[in-house]
Amino acid sequence: MELFTNQVLAGIATGAIYACMALAVVMIYQAIDHLNFAQGEMAMFSTFISWQLMQWGIPYWAAFILTLALSFIAGIAIERILFKPLAKAPILTNVAGFIALFAIINSSAGLIWDFTIKQYPTPFGSAPFLGSQLISTHQAGMIGVTVLLLLGLYFFFQYTRIGLAMRAAASVPESARLVGINTSWMIALGWGMATAIGAIAGMLIAPVVFLEPNMMGGVLIYGFAAAVLGGLTSPFGAVVGGFLVGVFENLAGTYIPGVGNELKLPIALALIISVLVVKPAGLFGRHIVKRV
Amino acid sequence: MFLARILRTTALVTAVATLTSGAALAQKTYDTGATDTEIKIGNIMPYSGPASAYGIIGKTEEAYFKMINDKGGINGRKVSFVSYDDGYSPPKAVEQVRKLVESDEVLAVFNPLGTPSNSAIQKYLNAKKIPQLFVATGATKWNDAKNFPWTMGWQPSYQSEAQIYAKWLLKEKPDAKVAILYQNDDFGKDYLKGTKDGFGAKASSMIIMEESYEVSEPSIDGHIVKIKAANPDVLLIYTTPKFGAQTIKKTAELSWKPLQIITNVSASVGSVMKPAGLEASQGVLSAAYAKDGADPRWNDDPGMKKWAEFLDKYVPGADKTDSSVVYGYGAAQTLAKALEQCGDNLTRANLMKQAASLKDFTPDTLLPGIKINTGPSDFAPISQLQMQRFKGEKWEQFGEILSGDVAPE
Amino acid sequence: MSAVEEVVTEAPAVEAVPKRAMTLGTGTSLLVLAALIIMPIFVKNFIIFQMTMLLIYGLAVLALNILTGGSGQFSLGQSAFYAVGAYTTAVLMEHFEVNYALTLPIAGIVCFGFGFLFGQPALRLSGVYLALATFALATAMPQLLKLNFLEHWTGGVQGLVVTKPDAPFGLKMSQDMWLYYFSLVVVIGIYLLAVNLLRSRSGRAFMAIRDNEIAASAMGVDVALYKTLAFGVSAAITGIAGSLGAIAVQFVAPDSYTITLAVSLFLGMVVGGVGWLPGSIVGAAFIIFVPNIAEGISKGLSGAVFGVLLFLVIYLVPHGARQVAILGQQLAGKLRKN
Repeated sequence: MELFTNQVLAGIATGAIYACMALAVVMIYQAIDHLNFAQGEMAMFSTFISWQLMQWGIPYWAAFILTLALSFIAGIAIERILFKPLAKAPILTNVAGFIALFAIINSSAGLIWDFTIKQYPTPFGSAPFLGSQLISTHQAGMIGVTVLLLLGLYFFFQYTRIGLAMRAAASVPESARLVGINTSWMIALGWGMATAIGAIAGMLIAPVVFLEPNMMGGVLIYGFAAAVLGGLTSPFGAVVGGFLVGVFENLAGTYIPGVGNELKLPIALALIISVLVVKPAGLFGRHIVKRV
Repeated sequence: MFLARILRTTALVTAVATLTSGAALAQKTYDTGATDTEIKIGNIMPYSGPASAYGIIGKTEEAYFKMINDKGGINGRKVSFVSYDDGYSPPKAVEQVRKLVESDEVLAVFNPLGTPSNSAIQKYLNAKKIPQLFVATGATKWNDAKNFPWTMGWQPSYQSEAQIYAKWLLKEKPDAKVAILYQNDDFGKDYLKGTKDGFGAKASSMIIMEESYEVSEPSIDGHIVKIKAANPDVLLIYTTPKFGAQTIKKTAELSWKPLQIITNVSASVGSVMKPAGLEASQGVLSAAYAKDGADPRWNDDPGMKKWAEFLDKYVPGADKTDSSVVYGYGAAQTLAKALEQCGDNLTRANLMKQAASLKDFTPDTLLPGIKINTGPSDFAPISQLQMQRFKGEKWEQFGEILSGDVAPE
Repeated sequence: MSAVEEVVTEAPAVEAVPKRAMTLGTGTSLLVLAALIIMPIFVKNFIIFQMTMLLIYGLAVLALNILTGGSGQFSLGQSAFYAVGAYTTAVLMEHFEVNYALTLPIAGIVCFGFGFLFGQPALRLSGVYLALATFALATAMPQLLKLNFLEHWTGGVQGLVVTKPDAPFGLKMSQDMWLYYFSLVVVIGIYLLAVNLLRSRSGRAFMAIRDNEIAASAMGVDVALYKTLAFGVSAAITGIAGSLGAIAVQFVAPDSYTITLAVSLFLGMVVGGVGWLPGSIVGAAFIIFVPNIAEGISKGLSGAVFGVLLFLVIYLVPHGARQVAILGQQLAGKLRKN
């Protein structure tokens, strides 16, 4: 039983990583109605920037805020310069663009900061949290930030004009344009916000997995999985999805005899797919009816 | 000093070679890839893709031969070093190696990295009788002169290293309960096998847990929690650097203090122990054959001084704490040595012969007492290691130099 | 967040490509074929090897094109089918000493079954969800190939070395050249079959589903059957490409068939033009040669250079090589009129 509780707690701790990334995934999905394969790399690059700022002597929180601002601007710039020209191109061409962006960011980061892993500071410390050695104060802080972020997003999308406009622009662009929403800029804004949230995710994840150009590869797979499981249209679902994936993966690795440990990722993914077969929009996603 | 040694060794080698091969040396003999002025050496490295951290090895080697060329080359010939990216993908490795051999026409393929890539090109190169020299992987199978006379390893094999740990444990902690954390690939499985072979009959009673992880996992904290629950008193960490650092950090966070032994691959002070936290790293054991670039102990070491000067001039901006930089230098120096021994007989057969007759050769970067020795049936250049313990900010070697040659099956 | 239902008119993910526009004219086809036949006589073995890989990747891209361009289903998991084909051939050749040529149809059948089965759950998914499901398959495959209890057959993490066949009937031909012509025959055969498939009743059904699934089912197309069938056919062709790949590279290992391969094949399809079958070979050329070009420009930044080149291509021709072909055709048509 103790092993069980431990694995659940450890799963929640790892799940916080996935939840964080999943929020960024949902954010971009809300804005462009698609997944951005370069999102992990963008988060990694933001994290490197904050690291570089700290190397130059800027204190943690100042670097944190500065990185958020820079990431927000960079996200908008990327959309305006690279993806706006592709707005009329087929979706699959846009996906190819994401892959190109992935390659560019990953390779540049490797050249600028090289590939050796770097220690990344945490503002929360890494002492045991509330006497439990399984969750450190950093992980508790990460969960806290994720929840705050979630609440912020919820209010933003539910109650602010701009949030509502953004949702409208992504889901029914024609009608949104008719009521006077500048859909093109809504997309850019979405990119900016998604990049900033990605930066938060990166900066929270880096102390656990260490900072290096390939740090987000695995995280993004789990982030996608979590977001899809929870429902791509629901920030709340994404966070729940993140924790579920983390816990389930650990339990599968521990309790499924024989292949459980070797195959915990495939098992976790298979489970998500079976959930999707039953609930195609994810656990908390809105069901969408197609019109002919 | 260096030149004097080169001259001396060249003289010696020439003398020995003249004795054995008679007049053959008087005239110059060449295979494709060598001329009066140039020796062409091919290489493949993962400059892109998941293993791109190792790309620096290729860059260091390229720079090393640039330095050699600036100093006049090897026996008057410039080394032209052609290195291609294989992205750690075996099919791409085959394509690039065929390009090196058939289009660039290199004399030999040197230090290609990764067990999968080397497995993919081994048969081709052996069929074409082209040296696959000093491969950058520690699998045991490269030491197989009988079946693959054109393939030779360089670093100590993963299995022999693991055997050294097992034997040390048998002697020092015969009642230990051992847990093994290993990467689920050729690298991790070689270590696992070496450990079991080293424990011999006691393997099943001493190893209480074997836990594997995938490289694609972002964090391996869950595995550590699981291992801790089994309560072993020794943890063998057979991981690549990033996961090694995660393991040491996590065990410390759990306030769990088993005896930890980490593979040589992940024993870098700069890229593992420091990121993991120096406090958490105290007392961790490992084994080494090369000096650590971050260790101030070697500041006055003549070999490491040369290494540092080389880096400053030819690889400016290189991270001296990255063990790959030390690795690339040592491997390149070994090739330079073998080429130098070839004299004017630059055939592929002679290059293999010379590579297989290195006697007590010590590249600048190896630990004192560790020497490279090869023979017609010994294709494992470095087969010695020394145990070390992490103390303060550096590794401290202890005990005698251990040899752990493992013959392939 | 209640389960509010949203009603949208979803733009099809893949554009409607009329079936005649999916192929090349007879004249052009014969010209390309002649070039492919004559070329190896004049080049080095290494180039022949690259050409063989070009054909093989071209075949794999073609398979994806049938799935995506034909039936509108998206897959990031083609590397899994490629791996199954490659391993089928490797295991049959090395453990059972089956002739290499015979392993191809076997690999095709195995992969068809595998693809058809995978198509069942995939039926309920579309768009990003299907992308994730296939992506999951691609990430899982290398791990499945490493499994301990399969190690006796697959060689586990070490992989399997495959023997390259000599030219038969005492033909005086290098192994590379023989394999090239062998692959060429296989590829042309499959290409012709694919063209005919898309022109047949099934092909029309695929395209109806691609353009509008609900309308297709209203017209009486058995959507479930044809969608899984498309998966099966695509997997079978990818598997045969994998078999040829295993023989050409002479080695199979889990690391050869990672998600990177699936992503490359996807890029090949986009660059070649989604739904334009001849574009597959152009796409394959892109994924084989452009990384080499990028590496030639800058070793440290090869990934970035590759990304920039890819961006350039999709800016200039968002519809891939097909767009170039259409432009060419229009130009030729105008010239003829004058």
